[in-house]
Order: sequence, then structure tokens, then C-alpha cells
Amino acid sequence: MLRSSSRRRERGPLWRDPAFRALLVQAVLLLALAALIAVLVQNTLANLEARGISTGFGFLNNRAGFSIPQTLIEYTGDSSYARTFLVGLLNTLLVSALGIVAATVIGFTVGIARLSPNWLLAKLAAAYVEIFRNIPLLLQILFWYFAVLRSLPSPRQSMSLLEMFFLNVRGIIIPAPEPQPGFAAVPLALVVAVVLAWLLVRYARRRQARSGKTLPSGWLSAALILGLPLATYWIVGSPLTWSLPELTGFNFRGGVNILPELMALWLALSIYTAAFIAEIVRSGIQSVPQGQVEAARALSLPGGITLRKVVIPQAMRVIIPQLTSQYLNLIKNSSLATAIGYPDLVAVFSGTALNQTGQAIEIIAMTMAVYLTISLIVSFFMNLYNARTLLKER
Amino acid sequence: MSSHTPPIPERRPPRLEQGVVGWLRVNLFSGPLNSLVSVAIIVLLGYLLWPLIQWGLIDADWIGDSREACSGEGACWVFISARLETIVYGFYPQAARWRVDLVFAMLAILIAWLAIPRLPVKRWVCLFALFGFPIIAYVLLAGGHFGLTPVPTRNWGGLMLTLTIAVVGIVGSLPIGVLLALGRRSKMPLVRGVSVVFIEFWRGVPLITVLFMASVMLPLFVPSEVDFDKLLRALVGIMLFWSAYMAEVVRGGLQAIPSGQEEAGKALGLNYWQRMGLIVLPQALKTVIPGIVNTFIALFKDTSLVLVIGLLDLLSIIQAGLTDPDWLGFAIEGYVFAALVYWVFCFSMSRYSQYVERRLDTGHRN
Repeated sequence: MLRSSSRRRERGPLWRDPAFRALLVQAVLLLALAALIAVLVQNTLANLEARGISTGFGFLNNRAGFSIPQTLIEYTGDSSYARTFLVGLLNTLLVSALGIVAATVIGFTVGIARLSPNWLLAKLAAAYVEIFRNIPLLLQILFWYFAVLRSLPSPRQSMSLLEMFFLNVRGIIIPAPEPQPGFAAVPLALVVAVVLAWLLVRYARRRQARSGKTLPSGWLSAALILGLPLATYWIVGSPLTWSLPELTGFNFRGGVNILPELMALWLALSIYTAAFIAEIVRSGIQSVPQGQVEAARALSLPGGITLRKVVIPQAMRVIIPQLTSQYLNLIKNSSLATAIGYPDLVAVFSGTALNQTGQAIEIIAMTMAVYLTISLIVSFFMNLYNARTLLKER
Repeated sequence: MSSHTPPIPERRPPRLEQGVVGWLRVNLFSGPLNSLVSVAIIVLLGYLLWPLIQWGLIDADWIGDSREACSGEGACWVFISARLETIVYGFYPQAARWRVDLVFAMLAILIAWLAIPRLPVKRWVCLFALFGFPIIAYVLLAGGHFGLTPVPTRNWGGLMLTLTIAVVGIVGSLPIGVLLALGRRSKMPLVRGVSVVFIEFWRGVPLITVLFMASVMLPLFVPSEVDFDKLLRALVGIMLFWSAYMAEVVRGGLQAIPSGQEEAGKALGLNYWQRMGLIVLPQALKTVIPGIVNTFIALFKDTSLVLVIGLLDLLSIIQAGLTDPDWLGFAIEGYVFAALVYWVFCFSMSRYSQYVERRLDTGHRN
């Protein structure tokens, strides 16, 4: 303390001391932020009072009074706004999950195709990437919805496949599974099988580390995960019936109707995101140095094992972080649903519910909080993964 | 040493490995599986591409001013050409459109100047593009000064509005992003904390909720006497949102500069802003030009989202045209045209970014 103050005297006045200046800058920043927030809050309160809008989350218990075309949980016009929020959230998660699966499959296929020795295939994949990632997603959603799905035939002229799947302007109608009592054992068996498979893989890895002997753990766990639920299904007496769609009058009865809005959003999200994923996969695979493949060949490892044990694990280290950020983008982009009226969180909650209640601040804050939470959770797991797969420098 | 072996006479490569045949054998028909894939793709392309060309070019109708001009066999591009003026200028008054043209021309010259490496005084042009040009463009487009008739922003639309939003977003988000990136690397905990929270907040939410927020919440934040223009509200939201993404790109560049550079600056007695402005930022920004251009591309595509808050940009004006009762049923033509416009802009930007990447790649990468 004494030394630093004496040094300060040598160097000159107080305001030249970097430590003091840092404190000053931060104090000014803090004051400015506090002043800004105070002004905003004051203005907002004054405006809300002038418009006669009450603040607070009490409105969540009020009756929403509008219906939603696609609900994964029970919902009627009499349900509360809190229920609306939940329905919207589930719809967002549904289209995001569907989109992530499809985008991953298409993206990996196209990304690997870009590296194919077949010139035509590689160029076709490159064209796919360049076309779809340079066209706004919103435009693609509108295209699929208004230009393609809206021009499909009416229910009476439906296109059908095997008289079980029907495609028309109201969407796709597919057979619906109807679980009978006792069916609950099957998902339970699936969970048990997954846990067992995980234990098996762990044991196999330990055994190989200890004794060098391998187990065909991949095949065994696949058999387990497929076989156990099937066996359970058969043992409890096949408790599942199907409700087949049937044309009665002008519409279909039975089956599940997948809304055209969901289909358009799903198609556009997966095709658009797949273009980005394809680039990530390509650059990930190309980032593995050629020497690694040559070394594996020198050890006379067969091609399949080189790919599985040498190339893919190293490519994954590059691919996974970028892939997760694409997944996050996809989840955030699913909010474009509002442009075609798919009832996602933004459309039903920040749209209809906001218009009815006028509770702009609460509703937008809740909506943003949902996306922020999803982002933070995914980033948390991402950091865990990064820490685990970090290149161990020796 | 002394014995001199005569060289083996040169032999021609096998005929099957050169020329068109050789290329085909190596690239398309190198094995049974590859040949199968090639044939499948050729057949597929024939089935898809040919009808597309026939619809879009051969059978299409180009000239006319009403839907009667279209035979209905191919694409009806009359739908586009009849409303091209609206698509480009929106509802900007006819007499004042020269102002838009002038701004377009200035923008094109500025971009070309910045993009072509041989042209001199880049730094000044860049500063002009960031600070001088927006003011001139605003005076010209909005009017109200120097005897120009004022044009309210609700008359702005079409491609002109799309470009306005994109340019304002780019020009606004880059400086804020640089400041945020510097803030995130600051040693002052409060500055760093504020930057991190700001960046992570905007990166965690979808742009559409930001636009909703800008259109319904911003008016609540200011005193009710202040009239907050709808376009301005959207622009504020877009700028804040993209500055967070820009900050992360710039931060990547800052991290790539060895700390010796900054230490050397300190040893020369430069203060913080001199070190950043003269030594670190010029190097950092140069290395991340590709990343910045990629953010521009994303920003450009996402300008189409203003459709949901009712601004009439390129996409919204075409979308609105589809519901015109005189022109029902030309959705595909409208979307294809819009896609083509966006695609040309984005694709040229991405090609430019790849070109810069190659140019900047001075061989230090391993």
C-alpha cells in the first residue's frame, strides 16, 4: 500500500493511475446503466398507467378463450393463458425435435456426398448447399406453405399410399396408434434396454482395457434395444391397435392429421439447416490430417476401422460444437412459424395471447426466457462435452 | 560415374486415363457402384431439370401487363415485370425515385471500392462508408432538407427497404460489435460482465422475438410524446441483435493476435485506445473479414423477418402481391423471383468472403 502510493506520487497525479482510472470507468458505467434503467422503468410505468394496463403475471390464470389447431396436451377455449404457454412451448419443441433429426440426416448425407470421388454426386451436393443456404429461411417456409402445400388437392381427391396414408391440402393423414391397457410395459422395457445396453458398453470397454478382448457390444446392444421391447410387446399380448383414416363426406375420420403448417415448417427448417450442417461435416472431416489416415493404413487397419476409430472421433471434435450451435439456431428459427400460423410459442403466446391481453412486457419476457433457458442448457452440456474431448496436450 | 545410361524413351500415358474418356472413367465410372450413382443422378437431373427449364424459360411468358398475357403453360413472369417498380421502390413517390437511384449508385460504388483490392485509400473510404454515407443517404431518402420533399418511411418498401435495413444493420452493428468484443476482453470486471450479459442475451433469443419486442415494447420505454417510427424501431432491434453476433466474430479475431503485439505497444508508451486502434484492431479485423461477411449474409437474409411486424420489404411486397385478386395463383413465380434476388446478393457475398480468405491466407496455417 505504502509502496504503491509512493510510486504513484513519483508518476504524477491520481487520474494517471491505471487502477484508479479503471475504477472510475466502471463507476461511470454503473451510474449510466442505473440511470438508463431508471428512466426506462419510469417511462414504462407512466405509459402503462396511461394505457390502463396492469402489470404482473396474474393474467396467466385468466381464461384464454381461443382455440389452437394443434395441441399435444389437452386444451380448450376455457383453458388459462398458462396452458396456452405450455401448448405453444410443446409445439415449438415438437417441430424443433423433428427438424433436428431430419436436418442431421440430410446434412450428414450431403456433407459426406460433397467429399465423394464421384464428380456428379459431389457437385450435386455442393449445389444443394449453395442454393439452400443463400435463400432466406422465411422465404423457404412461405414457399413450401403457400406455393406447394396449399396447391395440393382437396380431401376428396387426396393422394393416397396403400389407402393408409393420405396427402391433401389439409395435410397428411396417417394411421394413429391406439395403446390398449398394458402397453405401458413396452416403453418401460425400452428404458430398461437402453440402461442395460449402456452398462454393457461400459463393461465391454473396461474388459478391453483390462484384457484386450473385445465384445461385439454394438450388435449386442442393438439387439437388446430392439429385442426387449418387442419381446415385452409380444408377452403382454400385443396391446396396440391402429385407427385408420377414412374418408367420410368431405373430411377424414380417424388417424392423425399432420397440419400442413407443421409440414411446411419442418421441411423448410430441415432443408435449410441441413445445408449448414453439410458444410460443418465436410470441414470437420477435412480437418483430420491426411497423416492420420496414412498412419492407420501403415498399421494395416482396414478401411472401416480407420473411419470409425481414427477419422470420425477426430472429426467429431470439430463437428459437435458447431453442430450444437446449428441445433440452437434451428430451435430459434422455429419461431418463424408465426408467419404461416403454425401454433408455436411465439405465434400463440407472443402473438394471440399478447394481442388479447396487452401484457407485452410479461409475455415477451417469458418467451425470451424460454429460448434463453434452452440456449443456456445446451451451452452447458456443450461445455461439458468440450472439456471431455479436449485435446490432451502432452 | 562415367558410364552414362541412356534415358528410357518417354511413354504416353494409357489412353484410358486421359482426355474426356479418362476424366469420365476417373470421376464418374470408377467402379460399379460409382457408375450406378452417376447414371441415377443423370436420370434424376433429366427428370427434374428439363421440366424446370421448360417451365421457367421455354414455355414462359415475359411480355404483357395483365394476366391475359400468360398462356398458363409455363411460368408467368409478367406477374413480376408488371409490378417490378413496386418491387424495387415500394410506394416511394414516382417523382422522387431519382434519389433512391442516386443512393443505390453511391452504395454500389462504395462496395466496389472496398471490395476491389487494387483501389487506394481504403481506410478513408471505409470511414466514409461507415459514418458519412449513412447521413447523406438518410438526407436523400427521407427528404425534408435542402428543398427535398419529405417521404415518410411508411412509403418505403421493396428492394430499397431491404437494402436500407441491411446497410443500416451492417453499419450500425459493426462498431457496436467491436466495442462489445473489446469490452468482453477487458480486465475491468464490470465492463466485462456487462458485455458478456449483453452478448449472450441477444444471441440466446430469436430475432423474431426481438422484432416483436422492438415493435411493442420500445414505445413503452420512451415518453409517450415521442413518436417512434416503426422502421426505426425495427432498425434498433436489428442493430442490437446483430451487434452481439458481430462481437463474437471480432472477439475471435482479437484472440488470434499474439499478446506480444499489445505488449510491444505498451513498451512504446501507447495508451489503450492507441494500442487497439493502431495495432490490434487492424490486424484482428483483417483476419476476420470472412467471418464478418458471413454475418452480413445472415443479416441480409434475416431482413426478410420484418414481414412479421408489417414492414413492406422485398419479400413482404411480393407476398402482398400474391393476394392481389387480379393476380391470384402465381405464388411460385413470386417466390422464385424473390429467392433469385436474395440468392444473387448472398451468393456473391459468400464468394467474396471465400476470395478474401484465400487472399489473406499467407501460408501460416498448418
